[in-house]
Amino acid sequence: MKSSASQSGSFSGSTVVTAGRRWPITIQSLAKFAAIVTVLMAMVPFAVILLGWSSDQTEVWQHLIATQLSTLLRNTLVLGIAVGIGVTLLGVSLAWLTVMYEFPGRRWLDWALMLPMAMPAYVLAFVVLGLFDFAGPLQQGLQALLGDRYSYFDVRHEATVILVLILVFYPYVYMLARSAFLSQGSDVMEVARVLGATRREAFFKIALPMAKPAVVAGASLAVMETLADFGTVAIFNYDTFTTAIYKAWFGLFNLQAAAQLASLLLLFVGVALLAEKQSRGGSRFTQSARKQHQFRQALSPVAAIAATAFCLSILSIAFIVPVLQLLHWVLLEGFDAVDQRYLGLLSRTLMLGAIAACITVALALLLAFSRRSAGAKMRSFYDMGSLGYALPGSVLAVGVMLSFAALDQQLIAPVMEWLGMPSRQMLVGSVYALLTAYWVRFLAVANGPIDSSLQQLRTSIPEAARGLGVSGWSLMWVIYLPMLRPGLLTAVVLVFVDVMKEMPATLLLRPYGWDTLAVRIYEMTSEGEWQRAALPALSLIVVGLLPVILAVRASARH
Amino acid sequence: MMIPITRYSLLFPLIFFVLSCGENTTDSSIEKMQYATADVLELPELLVYSARKEHLIKPLFDQFTAQTGIPVNYVTDKAGPLLARLQAEGDNSPADILITVDAGNLWQATQVGVLAPLTSAVLAANVPSNLRDENNHWFALTIRARTIVYSSTKLAPEELSTYEALADAEWNDRLCLRTSKKVYNQSLVATMIAALGEARAEVVVAGWVANLALDPFSNDTKVMEAILADQCDAGIVNTYYYGRLMKSKPELPLALFWPNQQGDGANGRGVHINVSGAGVTRASKHKQEAQQLIEWLSSAEAQIMLMDLNQEYPVNSLVPLNAELASWGEFIADNINVGEAGLLQAQAVKLMDRVGYR
Repeated sequence: MKSSASQSGSFSGSTVVTAGRRWPITIQSLAKFAAIVTVLMAMVPFAVILLGWSSDQTEVWQHLIATQLSTLLRNTLVLGIAVGIGVTLLGVSLAWLTVMYEFPGRRWLDWALMLPMAMPAYVLAFVVLGLFDFAGPLQQGLQALLGDRYSYFDVRHEATVILVLILVFYPYVYMLARSAFLSQGSDVMEVARVLGATRREAFFKIALPMAKPAVVAGASLAVMETLADFGTVAIFNYDTFTTAIYKAWFGLFNLQAAAQLASLLLLFVGVALLAEKQSRGGSRFTQSARKQHQFRQALSPVAAIAATAFCLSILSIAFIVPVLQLLHWVLLEGFDAVDQRYLGLLSRTLMLGAIAACITVALALLLAFSRRSAGAKMRSFYDMGSLGYALPGSVLAVGVMLSFAALDQQLIAPVMEWLGMPSRQMLVGSVYALLTAYWVRFLAVANGPIDSSLQQLRTSIPEAARGLGVSGWSLMWVIYLPMLRPGLLTAVVLVFVDVMKEMPATLLLRPYGWDTLAVRIYEMTSEGEWQRAALPALSLIVVGLLPVILAVRASARH
Repeated sequence: MMIPITRYSLLFPLIFFVLSCGENTTDSSIEKMQYATADVLELPELLVYSARKEHLIKPLFDQFTAQTGIPVNYVTDKAGPLLARLQAEGDNSPADILITVDAGNLWQATQVGVLAPLTSAVLAANVPSNLRDENNHWFALTIRARTIVYSSTKLAPEELSTYEALADAEWNDRLCLRTSKKVYNQSLVATMIAALGEARAEVVVAGWVANLALDPFSNDTKVMEAILADQCDAGIVNTYYYGRLMKSKPELPLALFWPNQQGDGANGRGVHINVSGAGVTRASKHKQEAQQLIEWLSSAEAQIMLMDLNQEYPVNSLVPLNAELASWGEFIADNINVGEAGLLQAQAVKLMDRVGYR
């Protein structure tokens, strides 16, 4: 066994040398091939969407430019930028507080602040509307109290949409920044302080730049999710690119125009991703994976109380109050809906989430390693695999469906016919189509934490291991996987929870009998029966807590 | 370093184990499904693509199965995605029936050729001609009236007359509407274009927008809640949303008004109605059983169930209204063919965009 020395810093497969002759196929080339196939498969739905340009939709574009386009562009930009800034500020400050300081409740707030992750954006949106709109308890209570002097306010505002999205998406940044700060350890800060930096300087000049890959990865996930969001903006009737896509499809019966709009949205995201890469630039920080000293600074009593209050109030608005409201609705509606079929919903939701999380994380790992050893051109090719996250779910699902339908009709049907078997479709309406849509959509989510933890890995460690004769799969097993564990764990949790919350692709691609909790929520909310949606929504949150708690326990053991 | 390594290395076989377990489970489920589809060849089993929600349709399927022994499976989604799925699946589609909640969607399904025409004396007798496709590709199952709702403390019914009158200047800052993205409003405006012509319809809708007290709402219930909170005096909603709200709180000061009941031409054209309806897919392998289900859905027994489930009006004129529907009073309905809304829907959407109706 001899390692290929040229591939330093990467997961290089061992080249098997037998009697002085190299076998042509190495693990590395197999992995590279698999990675390329993965990216190509992830890009097929986009090719289908780009085919939308083959038809002439000048008239629709003229109409859009004359009426709504400027508003749509403005709203989409405002939403993307505001949510990006909001999640970064909130996520980083919470992570910094819980990692670096000691204050009352820190031990449990540390993990509790991840809980809003389990809250689907559309659920928080309808809870906020239910609490604060005209018929909600707040305004009704004030009205009862003040009588005629009370004047109602309309909660449906741009700021509310932005706030809701920040509250559900900040955990992306929080989780990634938290593990980055944790792995930095307090040594870094101590050294900086010894060298005469103030705490502020140490944070802005040392700790934050070192955590930048993680923070940027988290924020870009939040922004992409925001751009693809339909549920929340629909509840607040806030017009974005996504609503225009659906309007073209459902209102104008024009799927081609919808596809063209969707590809324009992709352009937005492409630019954003490019900017992200630029901002990351040459910054690459590595550190040892050795357990870091974590010395938390005690805060003055006043500051400690302020810290607790800040964390607690975010947790309350984003999680505790909405859950209580859901619970209240559940109690009002009763538990009639809980029957044998309900257990089926629960188990299918969990199963799809678990399977999809494993597939997605495995593929993301494959891509991450391939990217690491690739040149600049190939690297941007691998990056294309992440685009799926930015497409509105339904549009991506249609792309997946059309490509599988083409396979069914052009490939499988003729073969079946040739074999003399009755023709029926194998792929569309199968679990495989659904799982494909999931991993294409959520590859970017798994990619973020894996990539950023891989970037923090000092290249000398695998080199040293290789020097000691560890190579190939054992290098993966013994060095990489253990050292990437926090990142992998985060990736599994994020994808797991995201898949369970996913609604449009599940609706379109599920085979019959594969209803999930998200499907049940859709059934209720689409008719405006939000109180009846409370039970499946609450169940979804509880089920979504499982992976979050498992990860928290695992990282506590770490 | 050694101890953690062994612990970690246990993690991954575990993940792969879970993965393979999961895969096995899906495999067996798929086998089961394929088994089920294979069975279909002997034992008819219907698959319905339904934009009508599960809780509004399942009781009927259960009843049909109980009576005929034919099992009915269903997949629910919005009409657009279901239609896209039917189109993509083409001749291989396992679906036998498409059910949607808007005539425009049924019209579109006919346009793209996924529905098969039916010859049925039962349906011809049970479903009035303006509530079905002229070539019998689809048939309405229920009628949904979209009418004016108003605050009974602030308004007398005499102050209301037509949909168009809500565009008058005296209504400034007093009107609440649902978003134009909802197909119910698109159909309403589409039939208004049919009645008034595009230019006049545009003036009316622009007048509505000018009279809005608040931004359009995401659903009909929110429109009524805004009226109850004194934010506006009247709005336009489907009657069953009114029924649902009043069921929980009968004392609410809200009332329905039937517009466009008197006068000549467009003024007396009647209340705008939309339908939920069904058609048999072109790819269906069980057209006979599928037709049997749709025929049964138009029967008095099923029509009563549909009416009682969601307070929608029956299409079968032999079915007497239940007490609640009857209490809302009788009205003249616009007798334009509801499919016309589909033809004019894109035009209506663009019109609403032009006048800034969000």
